[in-house]
Amino acid sequence: MAAFGSFALLIALALAAYNLFAGVIALRLIATGQSARISPERLADTARRAGIAGFVAVTAAAFALVWSVFNNDFSITYIMEHSNRALPAPYKFAALWSGQEGSLLLWAWLLGAYGFVLRLLHKTDVKLYAYAGTILAGVQLFFLSVVNFAAPPFSLLKGALPDDGNGLNPLLQYPEMVIHPPMLYLGYVGFTIPFAFALGALMMRYPGEKWIRITRGWTMVTWLFLTMGIFLGMHWAYAVLGWGGYWGWDPVENASFMPWLTGTAFLHSVMMQERKGMMKSWNVWLIFSTFILSILGTLLTRGGLVSSVHAFAQSSIGDWFVAFLVIVLAVCIFTYILQRSHLKSEQRLESLVSRESSFLFNNLVLLAACFVILWGTLFPILSEYVQGTKVTVGPPFYNRVAIPIGLFLLFLTGVGPLLPWRSTSLRAIRRNFVVPSIALWATVIVCLAVGARPWKDGVFDTGNFYALVAFGLSAGVFTAILSEFLRGAGVIARQTRRNLFSAMYLLTRRNTRRYGGYIIHIGVVIVVVGLAGAAFNRSQESELGLNSTMAIGPYTLKCVGFTQDSNLNYDSEYALLDIYQNGKKQFQMTPEKRVYLASQQPQTMVAIHSVLSWDLYVVYEGTNPDTGQPIIKAFLNPLVSWIWAGVVFMVIGTFVALVPSLVPATASLRVPASLGAPTEPALRGGD
Amino acid sequence: MGAADAGARFNNLSHRLMCTCGCAQLLGECNHVGCTESGRERNELSAAIATGATDQQILASFAAKYGVTALAAPPTHGFSLVAWIAPLAVFAAALLGTILLVRQWSVGKAQATAQASSPEMDALREKVRRETGSGTDGGF
Repeated sequence: MAAFGSFALLIALALAAYNLFAGVIALRLIATGQSARISPERLADTARRAGIAGFVAVTAAAFALVWSVFNNDFSITYIMEHSNRALPAPYKFAALWSGQEGSLLLWAWLLGAYGFVLRLLHKTDVKLYAYAGTILAGVQLFFLSVVNFAAPPFSLLKGALPDDGNGLNPLLQYPEMVIHPPMLYLGYVGFTIPFAFALGALMMRYPGEKWIRITRGWTMVTWLFLTMGIFLGMHWAYAVLGWGGYWGWDPVENASFMPWLTGTAFLHSVMMQERKGMMKSWNVWLIFSTFILSILGTLLTRGGLVSSVHAFAQSSIGDWFVAFLVIVLAVCIFTYILQRSHLKSEQRLESLVSRESSFLFNNLVLLAACFVILWGTLFPILSEYVQGTKVTVGPPFYNRVAIPIGLFLLFLTGVGPLLPWRSTSLRAIRRNFVVPSIALWATVIVCLAVGARPWKDGVFDTGNFYALVAFGLSAGVFTAILSEFLRGAGVIARQTRRNLFSAMYLLTRRNTRRYGGYIIHIGVVIVVVGLAGAAFNRSQESELGLNSTMAIGPYTLKCVGFTQDSNLNYDSEYALLDIYQNGKKQFQMTPEKRVYLASQQPQTMVAIHSVLSWDLYVVYEGTNPDTGQPIIKAFLNPLVSWIWAGVVFMVIGTFVALVPSLVPATASLRVPASLGAPTEPALRGGD
Repeated sequence: MGAADAGARFNNLSHRLMCTCGCAQLLGECNHVGCTESGRERNELSAAIATGATDQQILASFAAKYGVTALAAPPTHGFSLVAWIAPLAVFAAALLGTILLVRQWSVGKAQATAQASSPEMDALREKVRRETGSGTDGGF
């Protein structure tokens, strides 16, 4: 199978090279109108077919690797290092992306899969898709070169064949690790498609805005995958790393967050281009930046530039990625300079207080957040270069710099939908902002009354202050979005005699983009509430002998036993804890500590009891070597489940936004002036 | 500033220091099984708090002993100060630039539309919108 896999990768490389060079020649011939022995259209089509065949070849290589893992072929170094006989089947599958070579092969395969879909849809716009397919082939050529020459997944083990492999890193033996990396990679890799369309459209001086609609659709899908990937990673960190948190501003986390921020900025500013023909250069560079940041993220993760708890695979492929980044940047700059006259804005902003302006500020804030994260991630390298000493840029830096920016962004999330396009009057602003402002201040007062105060023990506490601001803003933004829904749905309900929920459904179906977007914003608000809860986290650590107890928040933890278990993969120790509330037993928790047999690496398995108001999070830290007593650490983390609930809203909202809108029946649904028109005539589908 | 009592100070300071074992976690949150550094460093931190040293003195002593990488955030002096200033400077410059740009556009637009705005032109625009169906597929 190793030979088959290697051969398939070489074939894929040759096909990608043909796709690129034949594509370039064909497009050049078409652009210049030159004649050739073969018609350029036919040559372009052979390039497209080579791209499809390339996907089949990469699929064969990926299949060969998975087959080898499942058949315990330890003659392949990669399999020996990342799997073992007793590894459960789902994790054997996950071994495909648990190491450097496998994850690069996964990248190439996903890129091939995206390219396959793109090439099948080429009749949408043959020329634009030919450009995009050729650019995609260039990216694919790079990744296939890396897996063929720098990080080959099928290299054979030297020396005697071992009976068993080293096994999978214990941190990766968790259900989410079977879906988190593919989701994240679907996000990273997927941004190649908008990049290819944007670069292609710029190269060919694409007339009109159709390309931006195609690009927007692909970006939304990719953004959805990246969003899910990031949050699955957060949940994995929360459930596996055992420190009670989900986001540590680790370089690898940052690497996934940066393209998400620029992708989000693009999804907002693209509306300016579609509706007003504005911000064309800006949008092109947002797409370029998003792709470049995705590659940079891979460089950070895989190239060993920065140290991280998440970087499971590092090697010397950094040079390849640096070279690729330089080439990509050079191509982008060169193409932009050559074709920038094609990107002139057709209109300009009319007012500082308008929907357009709020998008502009939204972009500014998203990019500022991206800059802060990039700066913080790269500053240790810069400081080492300048002063010879590497400084640490950890959570205190990001909390101080990025959180205020995030809160400003949250504020804009609420303000944007309340502002109409073009310009507005002071009276309209006052009318739209009254209810959200009341909700904001009422929430602040309630929070202060129930004890969520920005000071602790008489000392001002920045974390609590930010949490209070976040709660207040979240209430304001939620009210603003809800009022937009209710205003539109109320009119439909009156006009069509439907109930409010049915009217809301119809309203959403009539303009899925706008109301899908609002649902995503509601999800963001819910996530922010969950994140703000972290300011009130509590923890307690105690040695817990048999029948002894510890208390945290409303819970009392009573140790009722310890037990051990074994299977072919690991040995484990459990603590059996009965959890009491108000003197009554509620449930049992079993935090666990494992030792994986193949790698002899220990790993904690956290026990989590999650309710809407908080998570009880219990870690069995092992036994005190002096006393022999087990050590239990318990956390009470408020509102964590809101984060995961918010993501569900974001996913639903994205799906809604991807569904085509119903054709609006504007004539029958005119809003009487006396009813108070919505900020925008929502019933008409968004204008 | 230090917090009111030793427990709060320990919590605060342990989240401003890194565990030096290479796990890239905050000292107060490092819990990986078999860590050879965090337990000892936490004891050192508790002892330092008990001696009555100020927060700055404790952070400086950790930086002197373990290197500046033991601090979870860049110091606010020397070249490291750039880490703090650059984001604020870039954000402020971008904000100012955006406001000025929008204002400039607004003024230019007002002058340009003053002549082009007439009932005839408005009627013509409305007709174009109706016939091309523009504005029916907007964003949120």
